[in-house]
Amino acid sequence: MSRRDLAGAPSTSEPLLRVEELRVEFPTEDGVVHAVDGITYQVLPGRTLGIVGESGSGKTVASLTTLGLTRRQGARISGRILFAGQDLVTLPEDRLRAIRGNDIAMIFQDPLSSLHPLYKVGAQLIEAVRAHRDVPKARARERAIELLALVGIPDPARRVDEYPHEFSGGMRQRAMIAMALANEPKLLIADEPTTALDVTVQAQILALMERLQRELGMAIVIITHDLGVVAEMADDIAVMYAGRIVETASAARLFAAPEHPYTWGLLRSIPRLDGPRAADLVPIPGTPPSLIHRPSGCHFHPRCPYAQPDHARIDPALEPTPDEPSHYVACLLSAQVRRGLWQELAAGRTPARALEAVGQPGAPA
Amino acid sequence: MIRYIIRRLLWGVVLLIVLAVLMFILFRVLPTANPALLRAGRDPQPKLVKEIEVVLGLNKSLPVQCWDYLKEIFLHFDFGYSYYSQESVRSLIAERLPETLSLTVGAAVLWIVAGLSVGIVSALRRHSFLDRALMGGALVAISAPEFWLGLVFLFLFASDIGKFKVFPGAGSYVGLTSDPWKWFTSLIMPWIVLASGSAAVFARLMRGSLSETMNEDYIRTARAKGLKERDVVRQGVRAAINPIVTLFGLEVGVLLGGAILVEVVFDIPGIGELFYKAIQTSDFPVTQGTVLLGSMFIILANIVVDVGYAYLDPRVRYS
Repeated sequence: MSRRDLAGAPSTSEPLLRVEELRVEFPTEDGVVHAVDGITYQVLPGRTLGIVGESGSGKTVASLTTLGLTRRQGARISGRILFAGQDLVTLPEDRLRAIRGNDIAMIFQDPLSSLHPLYKVGAQLIEAVRAHRDVPKARARERAIELLALVGIPDPARRVDEYPHEFSGGMRQRAMIAMALANEPKLLIADEPTTALDVTVQAQILALMERLQRELGMAIVIITHDLGVVAEMADDIAVMYAGRIVETASAARLFAAPEHPYTWGLLRSIPRLDGPRAADLVPIPGTPPSLIHRPSGCHFHPRCPYAQPDHARIDPALEPTPDEPSHYVACLLSAQVRRGLWQELAAGRTPARALEAVGQPGAPA
Repeated sequence: MIRYIIRRLLWGVVLLIVLAVLMFILFRVLPTANPALLRAGRDPQPKLVKEIEVVLGLNKSLPVQCWDYLKEIFLHFDFGYSYYSQESVRSLIAERLPETLSLTVGAAVLWIVAGLSVGIVSALRRHSFLDRALMGGALVAISAPEFWLGLVFLFLFASDIGKFKVFPGAGSYVGLTSDPWKWFTSLIMPWIVLASGSAAVFARLMRGSLSETMNEDYIRTARAKGLKERDVVRQGVRAAINPIVTLFGLEVGVLLGGAILVEVVFDIPGIGELFYKAIQTSDFPVTQGTVLLGSMFIILANIVVDVGYAYLDPRVRYS
């Protein structure tokens, strides 16, 4: 199976969005930033894809590019983004504008800074409706009130005339979601939608998104660094590192049998109630690499406790795992070693002990 | 809000009293010349000088003079009489108000329109040739003093002495009511000269402010909504204007100061020219009266700006 056939889920239906070999580069004075480096994924109608990774892994740039929002930042974009039979990479700006906020909508991390501080919430909703529908203002206003009610804002007829600063954090994100839903999009891209919110409010917003997905039947791409969020929301998960997808599988599979050392690191850095008590939280050592001067070979090797000397030379390809063709991983370790390591880690051992147990030499210091 | 405005107005009056006292002291302690001496003829007799001092009330002690002056202003709105023409300062100023208003209001409109549009164009075409040219021009406009710029304009474009005889030159001013077209053409150069400095300041501020707001998250949201680029820019401009509005009040003072020079250079018989002549002749009541009037405008402009700010930014509320 070639990388072009990569699918996060069995392809029983036509994908709504299909991203192929997408590459986004920003030329800067310090060098070329390789923000997105040849990623391929697809989203099926009504399903949820979670894209997980640290900040600076290119997940936000990838989704902004889907809406053409990186074009004016001087990005060099190649690859294809197929949506409803059109390639969004080459689509002229005015045709792309007709899709933005209409067929594909997006919500962002910080709802306060993402809402215009000087316009009433209602005015911003009305604007979203009227950007794509030729309806009179009064009708658009009714729709705005309807949308606020839909996302669970109390007393929407009054709230519609308030400014964003009069809303609480959770209500602002609800208002952002209402705005995104104004034209009943087929795809909602949510970029860290809960990161700026209190934990209790996070749960409410996620529940709201799930409810709206059921009611409106839209597909969701949720971008987050928080595995807890994708565990709750996503059907399929893609893990990104340094501009690439390093592992992708169904959510159930990824949590049960992760294969990439980076995914292990992410999983072990969140607390679990069902794991052994003795298991400490383990942060991933080091920091995400510069996207200008990326590490040679496997980009993760400088932070990987299991890296072998030749991993600094060889660049791993994203390939299906032996027993599950929809589970892809880009790792130079053999499948057998990976599974052995994960078993040890899942039992609460440290990476060094796990390496000993599977009989592999340790990583060079 | 009403209480806020009343409080600001009362403070404005207090400020004006303080200013009147300061000005009184300033002009008397450091006068350009002794006004009595100036009026005593070519070979002044000490006796005549003394007599003139009595007539002008300069023989009384300074505090008494000052008290009388303030009393007249704030109780009777009487600014005294010109030493020079014997006319009441109030009517001298009132006579010349239309000229100065023509000049300053026109220049203010030009300042804001030109400043903001240049700033917007520059911000949207950042680092382009056009941007560099406009910002280079703005730097020249900020640096050039009005009296120099005025003379350069006259030398280049005046219909009498100019290289290119385009606009009517110095002394061509006519009142709006007598001939609107001539009024307009005679003011084109003075407006440009007076507005250029402030317009350049605003252009640079607007460029910076708009460049910043166009990178804000809510602009990204506006684009993600699928708004037309024109509407996206409108949202950016709306937010970018706010920090600049505050500076409008300050810049009004600069404009009024510049008006004095521009009126002198272009020979427009306005309040600025009146002030200029009064300084030369140590005409205390006129200098004090005109400066007080100017201060009043600046104070009012700042109150208007602060009150207007509450309408421009819903997050600002005065109590």
